[in-house]
Amino acid sequence: MKERAITPAIIEKHGITVDEFARIKEILGREPNFTELGIFSVMWSEHCSYKNSRPELKKFPTTGPSILVKAGEENAGVLDVGDGWAVAFKIESHNHPSAVEPFQGAATGVGGIIRDIFTMGARPIFLLDSLRFGPVDKNSPGSAANRHLLSGVVSGIAHYGNCIGLPTIGGETWFDETYAGNPLVNVFCLGVLRHDQIARGAAKGVGNPVFYVGAETGRDGLAGAAFASRELTEESKEDRPAVQVGDPFREKLLLEACLELLASGCVAGIQDMGAAGLTCSTCETASRGGTGIDVDLDLVPKREEGMTPYEILLSESQERMLVIVHRGQEDSVREIFDKWDLPHAQVGHVTDDGMMRIRTGADVVAEIPASSLTDQAPVYHREAADWKPPDQLDINLVPLADIASALPRLLAHPTLACKRWIWEQYDHMVRNGTVVRPGSDAAVFLARECGKFLAASVDGNGLITKLDPREGGRRCVAEAARNLACSGAVPLGATDNLNFGNPHKPEIFRQLRDAVEGMAEACRAFGTPVTGGNVSLYNENPSGPIDPTPVVAMVGIVEDEAHITRQAFRGAGEAVWLLGDRDAGLDASQFLLIVHGRKEGRPPQTDLAAEILLQQTLRDAIRSGFIRSAHDCAEGGIAVALAECCISSEPPLGAEIELPDHKRRDDEEFFHEAPGRIIVSVDGSYESALAALCAERGVPAKRLGTTGGKDLVIGLRGREYRWPAGMLFRVWDSSLGELMDAVAEPLAAH
Amino acid sequence: MKFAVLRFPGSNCDQDCLRTLRDNFGASAEAVWHKETSVDGYDVIVVPGGFSYGDYLRCGAIARYSPVMAAVTQAAARGVPVLGICNGFQILCEAGLLPGALMRNRGLHFICRTVHLSVTNVASPFTRGANQGEVIRLPVAHGEGCYFADEATLEELEQGGRIAFRYCEADGSITTAANPNGSVRNIAGVLNRQGNVLGLMPHPERACEERLGSTDGTFVFASLLGAGLSSVS
Repeated sequence: MKERAITPAIIEKHGITVDEFARIKEILGREPNFTELGIFSVMWSEHCSYKNSRPELKKFPTTGPSILVKAGEENAGVLDVGDGWAVAFKIESHNHPSAVEPFQGAATGVGGIIRDIFTMGARPIFLLDSLRFGPVDKNSPGSAANRHLLSGVVSGIAHYGNCIGLPTIGGETWFDETYAGNPLVNVFCLGVLRHDQIARGAAKGVGNPVFYVGAETGRDGLAGAAFASRELTEESKEDRPAVQVGDPFREKLLLEACLELLASGCVAGIQDMGAAGLTCSTCETASRGGTGIDVDLDLVPKREEGMTPYEILLSESQERMLVIVHRGQEDSVREIFDKWDLPHAQVGHVTDDGMMRIRTGADVVAEIPASSLTDQAPVYHREAADWKPPDQLDINLVPLADIASALPRLLAHPTLACKRWIWEQYDHMVRNGTVVRPGSDAAVFLARECGKFLAASVDGNGLITKLDPREGGRRCVAEAARNLACSGAVPLGATDNLNFGNPHKPEIFRQLRDAVEGMAEACRAFGTPVTGGNVSLYNENPSGPIDPTPVVAMVGIVEDEAHITRQAFRGAGEAVWLLGDRDAGLDASQFLLIVHGRKEGRPPQTDLAAEILLQQTLRDAIRSGFIRSAHDCAEGGIAVALAECCISSEPPLGAEIELPDHKRRDDEEFFHEAPGRIIVSVDGSYESALAALCAERGVPAKRLGTTGGKDLVIGLRGREYRWPAGMLFRVWDSSLGELMDAVAEPLAAH
Repeated sequence: MKFAVLRFPGSNCDQDCLRTLRDNFGASAEAVWHKETSVDGYDVIVVPGGFSYGDYLRCGAIARYSPVMAAVTQAAARGVPVLGICNGFQILCEAGLLPGALMRNRGLHFICRTVHLSVTNVASPFTRGANQGEVIRLPVAHGEGCYFADEATLEELEQGGRIAFRYCEADGSITTAANPNGSVRNIAGVLNRQGNVLGLMPHPERACEERLGSTDGTFVFASLLGAGLSSVS
């Protein structure tokens, strides 16, 4: 076969540096051919190798008593949940594909993360999503494009998740100009399995046959991993062929067939073909197995004629898996995949020479030591710029806004408004386990397979991370843990998605490093190991990098169904208490951003010791049966949190509240975002017990008032603000839908 | 009494139906693969929700050709109760076991929420446990649940009392606002002429436990089992 000659221009086009090319030659002992260059380029891309972030990722705590499969060992980490059962979970981004083709970009992101979970032998049971878009309100320039992206991404997630039958039970969505043109689409999937069902992505057993199963290979998604490791430019639309097309129906069949195959006991190793497709799955399984692998591309099921080895190896066609089967049990694969009407082919076998050998018939088209692709990728210690803490906000330079109109304005802002327009498009009830539905602090799901109540929350705050990366890292972990505590859960572990700009820029690398250190510090404090995650760098649009946005998804367990707690006030006459009274200015608050258009100030710092004490105390109060409802004070401060407790009640309920006086301006007292505060409601007969528990633990607790009536009334220093709860509900509930349904829908299959 | 829950490629509410029948009602229920050619020995056939064949071509349009559907058609003719939920309703319409068709939702979005329904037939084996005009709460989750039939068919359905459920307000009034998908005359579920085939878009199997938010779906399965129990015992 005639191979294309390797020129400096071709090397550069593959994103390979001069030094990296020299290293490739050293590994091979010769010049690579064109196909081999393509293989190195995808395997050594940031997306596959984490070459820019690996030294930072090592800072995460990855061990703990419940860890069964550690971060980095396999496609997803696995955690023990008791009684012989475990959970596998992970979050993954599909930011770049979603920017150029929102529907398919988001859909295939869902498909990819689901495959990561069932590759582990787990039955996927639910999804979460974490989304960021530019402004969608009509007055913002470019909002039509942002609405198009939001609409497409939500339809794409709905299309894939709904069809495959996985409920999307929670998430978060923020809107800010920093994400215009570079939306963030992070999707989390969790699956359950018994300890003895954990599957491995290793090519074990020399001579064992290697099967290709699932959809045929086409030219779609060529080298998507390399595409995801570049900045988005005006020309990125020309990269549309690098976005794959998803077929959730095929994936549903693949999922059922693979779980059936794994249950049959014939599988020696299994690995999905995601980023870098056949290339990644073959060299990774061989490298993990300490073996080699020999594959004949002529045997690979193909969708199109005349594909070159380069195209077959780098294709990112979706819904495909590589399965290594114990010799002699090949018929099990054929039977099961025939039953599910899925293509399958024996394409090669496991060898003992450590080489990834790719043939077309008798011709060897690529021959590379497998471990050189996975373990010898270059690692870059990037330069970090100096950083000095931002100045504290000078409140005297902030005009005093009208409190009465500010609260409904905040509740109507798409970032704070009810996300019903989004989650009603997701089937959030299939699998009959959604006990706490979207819209409360953490979702709670009954995994029917094992009878466990699992809680999950996904959190990130780009504004705080931009102003103080380390605090941004700590904050998202502490908030996720707090959300779990508010739902009555004990946190078990976490998965992270690091969404940052170009790490070659020292100020960006500094953000990445500090945010990771903040997250790692908080994860250690909460005893929640990181079981794996995803890094998405080069999130930049023509006007610059995004605000750094580390996102964490945390999983917990509710030990007793009676402990499940929601944010909504449950009836009139409950006492409202604030646990964890803290004071702060308007620095880095959504109020300052939404009302004054300013991203400024020194974010109030998370006090991890106080936070742990607060959460533990809340859980104990819940266990003691004191707590009727619990809600975290987060974006929008205490006023927004109180309003949410009122209006997520059905029907909306009023409350009479007196805020604690910290001798600050009214706008600060109402809307500051000091972390570590929780609003609870309690039955009057338990008030003294709650107060005693908090006093004993040293958790500041204040009685704020009582629920009841039709209005939310908040008093401070003798002044009184009054809002009809029904009015607050309407602006909060309808604002996103009103913005979105006025625009035309993108074409979508469902 | 034995339930068959059909399983097509792409069915995704089959496990929910099986678990609900077994765990909440102690019923005997088995999954029946779509390539089977007989449903003999089953007393009730459930065609569950999901995306059979990925909803390609049209929802239910390919599943109706699965071998098992010929057997279901024969069983229905013999009077065996057949319950089609969501995608199952779409399949039964495509198979000609129920009149009308289900089109893309008004507003074009997939919609998952809990809705109010008025029970407007209490004579069928599926609804005999309810009271005429009773208002219940069930979840819907579909992209193509906008029921349509021509005027003559609609009149026939009305005259025969074959409209089993209508979308309504909490107080039972039938309004446009209460109609999540634009279905003609707020129709959420219909019966065949013999009254032994029911199709509905809402999911009764998702409303059989307090912890899931509603137990209003219970009466559908209880009605079926009640009917069976008297003949068994």
